[in-house]
Amino acid sequence: MAYPKELLDSIQAKAQTLRRNVVISMGVGNAGHLGGSGSSADIVAALYFHKMNHDPKNPKKPDRDRFLLSKGHAAILQYSALAEAGYFSRDELQHTKELGAILQGHPDVRKTPGIEAGTGSLGQGLSIGLGISIALKDDKIPAKVYVICGDGEMAEGQIWEAAMAAKVFKADNLVAIVDQNTLQAQGTVCDRFDSNPLPEKWEAFGWHVIQIDGHNIEEILTALDAADEVKGQPTVIIAHTIKGKGVSFAEGVVSFHNGILTEETYQKALEELKA
Amino acid sequence: MGYINQRTAYGETLVALGEENKKIFVLDADLGGSTMSKLFELKFPERHLEMGIAEANMTSVAAGLALTGKIPFINTFAVFATGRAYDQIRQSIAVANLNVKICGSSAGLSDFGDGATHQSVEDMAIMRAIPNMVVINPADANEMVEATKAIVDYEGPVYLRTNRNDYPNVTPEGKPFKIGEPSVLKEGTDVVVFATGYPVGLALAAAEELAGDVSVKVVNVSTIKPLNKEKIAELAADCKAVVTAEEHSIVGGLGGAIAEALRKSCKPIEFVGVQDTFGCSAHNYLELMDHFGITKENIVKAVLEVK
Repeated sequence: MAYPKELLDSIQAKAQTLRRNVVISMGVGNAGHLGGSGSSADIVAALYFHKMNHDPKNPKKPDRDRFLLSKGHAAILQYSALAEAGYFSRDELQHTKELGAILQGHPDVRKTPGIEAGTGSLGQGLSIGLGISIALKDDKIPAKVYVICGDGEMAEGQIWEAAMAAKVFKADNLVAIVDQNTLQAQGTVCDRFDSNPLPEKWEAFGWHVIQIDGHNIEEILTALDAADEVKGQPTVIIAHTIKGKGVSFAEGVVSFHNGILTEETYQKALEELKA
Repeated sequence: MGYINQRTAYGETLVALGEENKKIFVLDADLGGSTMSKLFELKFPERHLEMGIAEANMTSVAAGLALTGKIPFINTFAVFATGRAYDQIRQSIAVANLNVKICGSSAGLSDFGDGATHQSVEDMAIMRAIPNMVVINPADANEMVEATKAIVDYEGPVYLRTNRNDYPNVTPEGKPFKIGEPSVLKEGTDVVVFATGYPVGLALAAAEELAGDVSVKVVNVSTIKPLNKEKIAELAADCKAVVTAEEHSIVGGLGGAIAEALRKSCKPIEFVGVQDTFGCSAHNYLELMDHFGITKENIVKAVLEVK
C-alpha cells in the first residue's frame, strides 16, 4: 500500500518535533532517557498523529485507541507527543520531574492527561494492555490497544506470561511493538541478557509477527494497518531501531540510555533537530 | 444461608453480586476450586478469566480491566496473591488507586497441611504497607458475606483475606459491613483484646473463662487498614492493658497496627500471633494453631500477664 508523500512527510516532521521536545524537556544538566525516546519517536509520531483514534479535548472518550508505554522510562517522548497533540501546554515539558509537576519521571495515570496506565516497572505494560483489550471486547468497542516495549524488557518473565495469555484470549485488538534498539542500560542486549531471537519467540507464543525498520514511516504505517486485518490472534511489530536516533552523538551510545546534556551538547542536539 | 466456611460464603456471595453487577470480572490462577471463585466461573463463564499459573500477569491484567471500568476480583492463595505479585499490585494497581479486589484465600495457617510455602503469615503486613490499599480480614463467614458486598461498593484497591476452614460464627448474620469500623463484641473494663479473623472467637472464649476474675473487652478489628486509630484509642482508654490476637505474624499485622494506634497511651500490650516465624505442616488446623500458640489458653495467659 502506498501512502501519500505529504502524509509520510508530515509524520516524519512530527517525529523530528517530538525529538526536539524531548531535548527541551531534558534541558541542561538533568538526567533523561534520550536514547530510548529517540528510538521510539517515529512509531509514537505515527500512532498519535495518524493512526490512533483519540481526542485531546476528551482524553477519556470510551472508543479511543489506547497507547501504553511499557518501557516507561521513555516517558519524555510520550509527554512530547501528548503536548504536541494538545493534551496540555508545551510549557509543561520544561517542568518534567519537577516537584509538583504533572509530568513525572515515569508515566502516572493519576497525574497526566492522556496517560492510560502507570508503567515503568518493566514487564507490566503488556499485561495491562491485555486487560484493557479484554474489557474493550466485553464492551463491544472496536478500539485498538498499542503497547510499546523495549527489547531489554523482553528479559522480564511477565512479558511472556502476557504473551501466552494474549494468545489464549485471541486478543486481536492488541498490538505489541517491540522497539528493538539492541541496547539496555548497561550495554548491548545480546551481551547482557540475550533475548534473541525475538521473531521466532513471539511466533511460538501464538502471535502474528511483523518486522520493520522502526524509522521508516511507510513501513510503520504498513505494519499498523496490517495489524488491523489480523483476526483471532494478537500482533507484534518488531521494530528495528537505533537508540538515540536523530541526535548524532547519542546514536547507539549506551551512556545516553539515561544521559545528561551539557550546554554545548544541548545546543548541538537542538541544532540537529531543527525542523 | 448460615455459612460456616468463609470461602463458600465468599464464592456464593460473589455469584449473587455478579447477577446484579455486570462489571464484576473474576480472575483465577488455577485455584478456583480452592478459593471458591469457581462458583462464579460456572455461573458467568463470559466474565470469568482463567489466567493460568501466572499471578503477575493476572494482577496487571486486572489493572487493565479496572482502567476500563470493570471491577476485577483476583483470586489465588493469599501467599501468592500478595507475595508473588507484590510489584504488580504496587505499580499497576495501588499507585494509580485502581478499583481492583485482591482476594487472598487459604490465608494464615489455614492451609495447614501444605506447610510454609503455602501458608501466609506476612500478607497483611505486606498489603498494609502499600498506600491506598484497604486490608480486610473478616472474623467469620457471616462477616465475609457482608465484607464481599461492601468492597464492591468501595471504589479502590482492597485486599480481602480468607480462611479455608469451617468454624463457628461470632458475628451476627446480615449485619452490614462498614469498612474501617472496629466492633465491640463484648464490653469489659480491665483489659481490651483486639482480635482479627478466627482468633476473635478465641478471644471471646478467653473473656468468658476470665469472667468474674478479669473484665475483658473484646473488639473485632476486621479492617486492618484503614484503622480507625481514634476509635481504637478510645476503646482502649478505659482499660489498663491491651492484648492483640491474630492468625498472622505479630510483625506488621494487627499487633503492629494496634501498637501504632496506641502510641500516645503507652499501655502494657501483649501480642498473640505467629512469633516472627514461618508456618509448617500439620495434620489438622487446630493442631497447628496450638503449635503456634494461637489459642484461647494463650489469650488468657496474655491477659493475666498484662492486667
